[in-house]
Amino acid sequence: MSYPPDPRQAAFAGRRTDGTAIQRPLSPHLQAYNMLEMSSGMSIAHRATGIAWSAGMVFLVWWLVALASGPSAFAQVQWFLSSFLGLLMLFGLTVVAWFKTLAGVRHLVWDAGYGYSLPVMVRSGQAVLIGTAVLTMLTWVLALMVWR
Amino acid sequence: MATFTLPKNSTIGKGQTYKAPPGARDVRTFKIYRWDPDSGENPRTDTYELDLKDTGPMVLDALIKIKNEVDSTLTFRRSCREGICGSCAMTIDGLNTLACLKPIEDVKGDVRITPLPHMPVMKDLVPDLSQIYAQLRDIEPWLKADTPPPPDEERRQSKEERAKLDGLWECILCFCCSTSCPSYWWNGDRYLGPAVLLQAYRWIADSRDEYTGARLDNLEDPFRLYRCHTIMNCTRACPKGLNPAEAIGKIKTLMVERQG
Repeated sequence: MSYPPDPRQAAFAGRRTDGTAIQRPLSPHLQAYNMLEMSSGMSIAHRATGIAWSAGMVFLVWWLVALASGPSAFAQVQWFLSSFLGLLMLFGLTVVAWFKTLAGVRHLVWDAGYGYSLPVMVRSGQAVLIGTAVLTMLTWVLALMVWR
Repeated sequence: MATFTLPKNSTIGKGQTYKAPPGARDVRTFKIYRWDPDSGENPRTDTYELDLKDTGPMVLDALIKIKNEVDSTLTFRRSCREGICGSCAMTIDGLNTLACLKPIEDVKGDVRITPLPHMPVMKDLVPDLSQIYAQLRDIEPWLKADTPPPPDEERRQSKEERAKLDGLWECILCFCCSTSCPSYWWNGDRYLGPAVLLQAYRWIADSRDEYTGARLDNLEDPFRLYRCHTIMNCTRACPKGLNPAEAIGKIKTLMVERQG
């Protein structure tokens, strides 16, 4: 066996009963662990919504650039955003924005030193999920009322 | 850097099936991770059918029954069978826990058993804990004081001071928490992980210890402490009902407080 190039590989250098070297396997992690618990599931969703929000911001920039460059460019963006696909995307971004905000508040409370017990963690997670649903609906009801 | 897939030598293949004895009344299937360094083959999942009517109540009872009566090559650590030695920590039904404290009837469907996640495997369900022990050594988990103890007397603590150690001293170092932590999976070489940080806080919180500042200095690092993203998998996993996430949160609070 060649010398491990990465020192982190040292722990994977094993020996057979006859003394010859063998590379030890890595035990399964994502493959075996339940990642849909309130703990890990919410954490993954927090990361994912962060990525989705960053990607969604590209559309906001597109919208602002179009606004600056004139009525015909702006009309194009407005056409896309009021199409079915555009509305679906905006709805998704609303979900993402509310989830990220509420989950962010949950993290702020943790960082302030509160809410670490297991039952509170589960309840605050449920509150974030329910809050996201309610606030998204509210946002869209208001938005559609203004749009009419 | 996070690698979500398993290396080529670690992917898990199909294994053998050991059928339940004829006449079994309450058959339960156990799917167990196996790797034998002498075979040179990839890990595999072996399937064992047991009759629960003559198996003890806990997952560890099933493992011991398999080793005694079905397949003596099955390798795992166990000692006290009462949740105080921490040897039989493993992933059961997708969550880390002690096999001796996990009732078989709590698991719905097949009982899936794998070693503690994202660790080098020595054999079957036995992971190599060398790195995590080295990290524990690094936080110096013992009383450090320059003041000598009073002559012919122990160092005194008030009841309130002693109470601050409750929820910390009970840790049995089974490492269910550290190996349940995705941050520890991806950055275990630099992040200390929940178990070791809980131990660090156990000595920071001890009124008799005089090295609180030095201990905090040792942890003030983007990786050693701050790879904790409050995922809470550690607290979820702890078979002793302790709260490593809260202990880490308290260290972070102390870090902010001492900056004034």
